[in-house]
This record gives sequence, structure tokens and C-alpha cells, in this order.
Amino acid sequence: MKTLAAHCGMTVGSVAAAALLAFGMGRTWAQEQPDSGHHEHRSSWDYTALARVPEKDKARQNPLEGDPDAIAAGEKLFMQHCAECHGENLGGSTRGINLMDEEVREATPGALFWILTNGVVRRGMPVWSRLPEPQRWQIVAFLKSAVGEVK
Amino acid sequence: MHTLLYVETTNLTRILAIAACVVGALLPSATASAQESPYIVTYDHYLEEPGNLDIEWFSLFATQREGNDFHAFWAEFEYGVKAWWTTELYLDGQTTFNDSTLFTGFRWENRFKLFKREHVVNPVLYVEYEQISDADKILKEIEGHDVQADQAPPNSILASTINHELEFKLLLSKTWKGWNVAVNPLMTKNLSPNDPLEFGYAIGVSRVLGQKASPNACTLCPENFIVGAELYGGLGDTEQFGLVDTSHYLAPVMAWNLPSGWTVRFSPGFGLNGNSHRLLMRAGISREISGFGDRVSRIFEGRQ
Repeated sequence: MKTLAAHCGMTVGSVAAAALLAFGMGRTWAQEQPDSGHHEHRSSWDYTALARVPEKDKARQNPLEGDPDAIAAGEKLFMQHCAECHGENLGGSTRGINLMDEEVREATPGALFWILTNGVVRRGMPVWSRLPEPQRWQIVAFLKSAVGEVK
Repeated sequence: MHTLLYVETTNLTRILAIAACVVGALLPSATASAQESPYIVTYDHYLEEPGNLDIEWFSLFATQREGNDFHAFWAEFEYGVKAWWTTELYLDGQTTFNDSTLFTGFRWENRFKLFKREHVVNPVLYVEYEQISDADKILKEIEGHDVQADQAPPNSILASTINHELEFKLLLSKTWKGWNVAVNPLMTKNLSPNDPLEFGYAIGVSRVLGQKASPNACTLCPENFIVGAELYGGLGDTEQFGLVDTSHYLAPVMAWNLPSGWTVRFSPGFGLNGNSHRLLMRAGISREISGFGDRVSRIFEGRQ
């Protein structure tokens, strides 16, 4: 009986310790990494990522460009997957860059598609290749449309 | 023994109650709708979004030859530490019919994305520490010479052996033209000195039913459904490597990602040889909480 009771106590303690350790490590790492800092600091890194998109990918055209259904679907997908970090008005937050900034507005559809596909993993932007390719182009169609309205 | 089992289930209840209180206090934060994978055993290379917490509950109903059928269940708390690092805590339990209900242990899992861009194959390193008893029946992975007869003895016997194990997996995955293919070789070491290294595998294939999203909000449209299949089993150990004297399963999988942020998964698994359970019925439900990390840090920092 003592053995099992001791095991139970050890288990509860271990679970709590593991959870606290994981969360504490996460916060510590987040504080040490550049992407948890000020918004402008994060932005500068992400624009560097945009500049690193291969030329042939930058040149890719959006097969759904200008399609009203694609833009509407892209807006829906953006709200589901992207708005939590980049804001519903694309204005950014502490977790994601302002998509209305000039560097993003001037990026080609192919460059935006490449960033969506590959993420900027070391700077906090996840990989979104899990979304089928047409859905990623729908998001790009929405982004370019929204930027056009601002212009 | 009833007293001992009561102690076990009381601690399980206590852990779950504490977890529920913490999560409940944080639930006002926004929920997020990610495109969750349909796999239950296999892993693809996609990690949790940074700062998000995914809470999952899974059930497994299994038939048992020469023993009582059982219902195993586990809770998962999956947190995106970074875009390249996900950490996850599992709490396992089971009810064996005509026997008892037990808390069977915990697992602490970490996944590290090795490359910063997408490649032909995308590797993720998986490292897990497990403290589970022999009564653990969630069958989240099959390794070594795991066979269905391992689960047949009464809980009173199984629960008396506690295992401390380290598990390593290499998660290889690629999504191409709407199809995801994932291959996970695994290696496990029981930390007791005399146990050999054990090996296993899991392979998954899946596809989103709707490649283009509908322009309208919808719950039942094809883009919300991902279907596929998993094949998983043991590969023996360092003393006898191979596909024999172990168990193998084939399981169709389906995930339904609801616009509200909930994901429902369902998977009937079928044993492929006499060492396997005939049927494993798995189902799960999960919900992602966006910005969980920021909210917790605000609580501890005492600011709004």
C-alpha cells in the first residue's frame, strides 16, 4: 500500500514539476529570443525573411488573383488562421507583424505565398503548408485585395 | 486493493480538477481555428502555433482476447513554446470492464523542428519521458514485442509495475499536392538497465477533402474534413528485430475542424495479426486556446 501511495504522490509531483518546467522554460526562452521583443524589432526580422524569398518563387503568379470568391474565401481563412497574430484589420500585434506595412504591401503574390508555405520559423511565424495550395493562394488573393483598398 | 485504487483515482481527479481550474480561468482568451491533423498515433511535421494551448481528450475502446474489454482515455495539453518547439503533457487512465478504473501515468513530450524551411522531407525530433504503469492501455505507440495479451491480466497485477522510459522518434513528413505523408520510426529505452532498446513505426497518409475553401462560413463544407489512414506497429528490439512477435494495426482516420475552434477526430483501428487487438475504436475532441502563454504571463506579472 505504501508503495502505490508513494507512487501516487510522486506522480502528482512529477506532473506538476514537468508542467511548470515546460512552461517556465518556454517563458524564459521567449524572453531570450528576439521575436518576443518590441513589435518593430520583430518586424525588421520578418522583412528580412521577405527579402530572402528565392527569385523564381517571387515571380510566381496567383492563379486565383482577382477572383471575388477566392478573395472572400481568403478573408475567411485569414480570420480563422492568421488574425489571432496579425489582427483582424491586418494591423499586427505583439505576436505578428503589421501586414499593411510598405514592405508587405509591395511584396509579390509569389513572395507572400512562399512565406505562408515556409513560415519564418525562427522568428515565430509557423509553417502553413498544412493548408492546401489553393487555400494559400486564396489568402494571398485576400491580402493583395486588402492592400489595394488601402492604396 | 480497493483503497489503493481509490487513492489512484482520487489523485487523477485532483490533477484534472486543478488543470480544469487553471484552464477555466484562462478560457476567456480567444480560441483559434487551426487545421488540425487527423492522425492519432502518427505525427506530421506541423507544430503548435507559438503561445497557443491545445487541450485534447481522447478515448479508446478496445476488445480484449482472454480478458475484459477496456476503455482507455488520456488528456493532452499541447503548448507551442516556439514555432520550432512544441511541448506536451499527457495524463493517462483506463477503465477495464468488470475490473477497475486507474490513473496509469503521465508522459512529457517535446518536438523540435530541425529545418527552418519546407524541404522534400521535413524532419522533427521527438523526445518523450514516460512514467507509466503496465496498466497503461492507451496504445499511443506500439513498440518492441507489444502484443494484445499484455493487457489481459487484472489491473491489480498490471498496476504494480511502474516503467520509466525515454522515447525518441524521428517525424518525417511532407505535404504535396494536398496529400500529407508522414513516417515515424521510433526507439524506446526503459530506464531499468537490463531492458533492450525497442523499436516501432507509424505511417500516415491524409488529405483535406476540400482543396479550395468556400467563400461562405460553413460547418459541413469539405474543407473542414481531413481523411486518411494510419499503419502502426512494433519492430522488435535489439535482441530480435523485425515484424514478427509483435502487433500491427491499420486505422482509417478522420478529423472535422469546426469553425468554432473545436476539432473532432474518429478512428476505427483493426488488428492485422493474432498478436493485435481485433478492434481499437478511437475518438477525440480538442480545442485550441490562442494567446494562452501571454495570458498566463500577465497573471504572474500582475498586470492587465
